[in-house]
Amino acid sequence: MPKITYIEHNGKSHTIDVSNGLSVMEGAVQNNIPGIDADCGGSMACATCHVYVKEEWFDKLPKKEDGEEDMIDMAYKPKKYSRLSCQLTVSDELNGLIVNMPEKQT
Amino acid sequence: MIKTDVLIIGAGPTGLFCVHQLGIIGLKCEVVDNLDKIGGQCIELYPDKPIYDIPAIPESTGEELTNNLIKQIKPFKTNFHLNERVEEVKKEKNNWSVKTNKGKEFNVASIIIAGGVGSFEPRKFSVKECQKFEEKEIFYSIKDKNIFRNKTVSIFGGGDSALDWAIELSENSKVHLIHRRDEFRGAQSSVEKLNELSKKNKIQIFTKYQLSSIDGDKNIQSINIKHDDGAIKKVQTNYVLGFFGLIMQLGPIANWGLNLDKKHIPVNTENFETKQKGIFAIGDICTYPGKLKLILSGFHEGALAARGCFKYVRPDEKLRFEFTTTSKNVQSRLGIKKND
Repeated sequence: MPKITYIEHNGKSHTIDVSNGLSVMEGAVQNNIPGIDADCGGSMACATCHVYVKEEWFDKLPKKEDGEEDMIDMAYKPKKYSRLSCQLTVSDELNGLIVNMPEKQT
Repeated sequence: MIKTDVLIIGAGPTGLFCVHQLGIIGLKCEVVDNLDKIGGQCIELYPDKPIYDIPAIPESTGEELTNNLIKQIKPFKTNFHLNERVEEVKKEKNNWSVKTNKGKEFNVASIIIAGGVGSFEPRKFSVKECQKFEEKEIFYSIKDKNIFRNKTVSIFGGGDSALDWAIELSENSKVHLIHRRDEFRGAQSSVEKLNELSKKNKIQIFTKYQLSSIDGDKNIQSINIKHDDGAIKKVQTNYVLGFFGLIMQLGPIANWGLNLDKKHIPVNTENFETKQKGIFAIGDICTYPGKLKLILSGFHEGALAARGCFKYVRPDEKLRFEFTTTSKNVQSRLGIKKND
């Protein structure tokens, strides 16, 4: 199973196995990792599963679909390498992915 | 004080269908919602996006679904209290007393919380010093546009609200429009108008910039905006407007003794009652083993919660189960006249 590392804003790191096919957001929510709210449940209708990915990972991830960038406009402290974790589907290619969580989501 | 049988908190699809379910069993209700319109997430987040999983409706946008639900509950002539947020819920003898932020008071036998993820509030700037200027020189919505006349206004955001206000205020104010990327998501016609005004120097556009800090003690003197590449630019301004859309905040619901579990209200699956007798929770805000955040689940939950309210509203009566196809009682409540 791919390993995904979630780093909280305070630096606390959680590395967990997430099944292929789940979203990076679901991996966090199902494992009670704080820092990802996912208020809308993954329908790309809020921006509360916002994460920062490292530059080297950013290019390897599937490109943003229409609408994701618009939602990121509404996120808390968006940056150049911001993504919505509900739009990142876990696969073998994502093994080792590290995401950093913002200070807060709302 | 408004006295009625049931108060529904939240005018999204779940709350609206619950009005119907209460109505057909003969109970009266009123609805409170913090948004300025009926429809909840359906109308605020995805009015134009098609939904494909409403039973027997192969495709419907959020707006169409809302309009159909409003039509379906028309016979019950329900009062909606929009732009209003419930602040306080208190037990009063056998009833519940409810207060809103506008000072309205309700006295009801039961409360049904259909609050989604909470109430919609504007997303604010993340820069700390913004708070002290809020509602004085920093605004997230505009009540009186005349205060900006002949002043400099810095507008942040890339959607329709930001674009529309930039265009409108540019008539009588000096306008800066600042956005975190170089694409605007507003309507194409607004983007074209914006470019036109920018060429005429009526609006100054800064893209790939975000707010970094504010100078000024009592009043804003200038703001500092930071480019993607780290460079900081100082911009003189009198007012700052932020249009980053709405976010959902749970708000006062957290204080009503409902034993929240990660922003959700635990309920039983028999009638979706919470830990507090007479308070029910349905739709996205409730949680129970197997909960799905689907509109159709909210409809089911509302049907059972409405019947759960009956014993609190009419403690001495038994509720008789009736179908809309055959019951004269139900049909008369729906205002249907039949010639036999």
